[in-house]
Amino acid sequence: MIAFRNVCKSYGRKLVLDNLSFDIQEGQFVILIGPSGCGKTTTLKMINRLVKPDSGEIYINGINIMEHNPVELRRSIGYVIQQIGLFPNMTVEQNISIVPRLLKYPKERWKAIARELLEMVNMPYEEYAHKYPSELSGGQQQRIGVLRALAASPPIVLMDEPFGALDPITRDALQEEVKKLQRKLKKTIVFVTHDMEEALRLADTIVFMHDGKIIQMASPEEMLRNPASDIIREFMGRHINGRGAAELYVEDVMRTRVLKVPKTIKVLECLDRMDRWQVNSVIVVNEDDTYAGTVQLETIREYGKAGHEIGELVSQDTPTVSRHSRAQEVLDHLLNSPYKYVVVLNEDRTVAGLITPTSMTKAIGEALWGVKS
Amino acid sequence: MNFIEFVSRNRAVILSSLVQHIYLVCVSVFAGILVSIPAGILLSRHRKIADKILAVVGIVQTIPGLVMLGFALLLFGVGNTPALVVLSVYSILPILRNTYTGLTEVQPGLIEAGYGIGMTSSQLLFKVQLPLALPSIISGIRISTVYIVSWAALAALIGAGGLGDLIWTGLSTYNTNYILAGAIPSAILAFLFSGLIGAVQRLATPRGLKEVKHDE
Repeated sequence: MIAFRNVCKSYGRKLVLDNLSFDIQEGQFVILIGPSGCGKTTTLKMINRLVKPDSGEIYINGINIMEHNPVELRRSIGYVIQQIGLFPNMTVEQNISIVPRLLKYPKERWKAIARELLEMVNMPYEEYAHKYPSELSGGQQQRIGVLRALAASPPIVLMDEPFGALDPITRDALQEEVKKLQRKLKKTIVFVTHDMEEALRLADTIVFMHDGKIIQMASPEEMLRNPASDIIREFMGRHINGRGAAELYVEDVMRTRVLKVPKTIKVLECLDRMDRWQVNSVIVVNEDDTYAGTVQLETIREYGKAGHEIGELVSQDTPTVSRHSRAQEVLDHLLNSPYKYVVVLNEDRTVAGLITPTSMTKAIGEALWGVKS
Repeated sequence: MNFIEFVSRNRAVILSSLVQHIYLVCVSVFAGILVSIPAGILLSRHRKIADKILAVVGIVQTIPGLVMLGFALLLFGVGNTPALVVLSVYSILPILRNTYTGLTEVQPGLIEAGYGIGMTSSQLLFKVQLPLALPSIISGIRISTVYIVSWAALAALIGAGGLGDLIWTGLSTYNTNYILAGAIPSAILAFLFSGLIGAVQRLATPRGLKEVKHDE
């Protein structure tokens, strides 16, 4: 629905957008997020031509936006800003209906729209329509700001940190309402914020920007699970840690520093390595690095013969799991089987790591209380 | 002859001077409005040069009224015309400055919102910027009017008539009654104009700007 193609923009010498290309699908709630100065607001304002790209094109439904008259383009796109921007000299009704009035809708129609929208956010028309913005609370004002953006039924709504100036409780309520409105009205929303919690809560897709580039564009779940860079991880901070043990996956709880030996290694050398690592069992891998099994220290002591290959002693009794399984399943293994650990395998059956009761406890602790040991 | 007797005997002259005075004030302030509001709008869109232009207009304002009247006399001769030109020039600065300030003080967020929802710049001007700047503009008109009421007394020197005529006559003949007959009505006039425009200003202030309530 909205497509950026090789869009660049600089202010003076500073490059704000660096060859940006991405697509926004119809009906998606897309959130642009990133540290300040990352170019997210500039990107947003290019969609309704408040900012002009230096080079590159932006398409809406396949049509280059430069082919539209900017005034008509903007009337077909809803716009909500952080400072709310309600006109103080107009009543609530006049503010809501401003775009329909600019579009010369007949009076009955724009009045009906104002009434309908006010009802939708539980602000009775009779009580609020003729009040002025200064007579409303901050939260009510921004509700009207959102309604104004919706009044002419634009398929796209742009929101530039709309809830940034509101107190947390009001913000929560408005986020809820906007999400509901979006589902109900099936709008494509492009929303700028620097608040990761807001992004995780609202977005279908999060676009993480840094220094004028997109670092990652993914669903909130995906971004939580696989942040593409340290900046994102840092930005999500407590959300990664504090998301609750139920959402932990095997790869979150495993340790990756494990002793692996090839099948062909000799028994004595294997004992030597186990001694250096101070472990009493070892993971054995085939020539192609895939998992072959494990060997316990007691097995080697009992059956091991000097000069023989360790492969002869391999056992495959140790439970294995895929790295994408839920951590909870592994917990059952650890609690209910005689094995002290579980081996984690990648898709190609190479060894990703292993889970011990200690690594499991650490991960759960982090998830619940956000402490890093 | 006491003052009351003087007034009742010279009623016709005082009245016609008063009417002439009001005429001078109204015409020159009106001319000032016609020039300075569009100029203020223009300046608000070219802020880089606005300060310089306002400074130049400010300097013109500091030229003594008598000097200006002298110049006007040379250029336009005797009578209403030179007086109206000079008074109009003097009425410009307060209105211009207040128009400019009123327009530039409109929050940038409103301008952005206006453009963002698809207003043209003239829609933004007439639906948002001017209504919001109106109280400031009217207050400029009020300041101008009060000034011009007193400046207009000088205009009698170049034959424009008005209450100044009575004052100058009184001064040159040591006749207190003449001076009072010119000074008192012009003081009352300034007072009335100020009150009247103040009332207009209250009426013109958008309701939403008057009541500032905060629930949160």
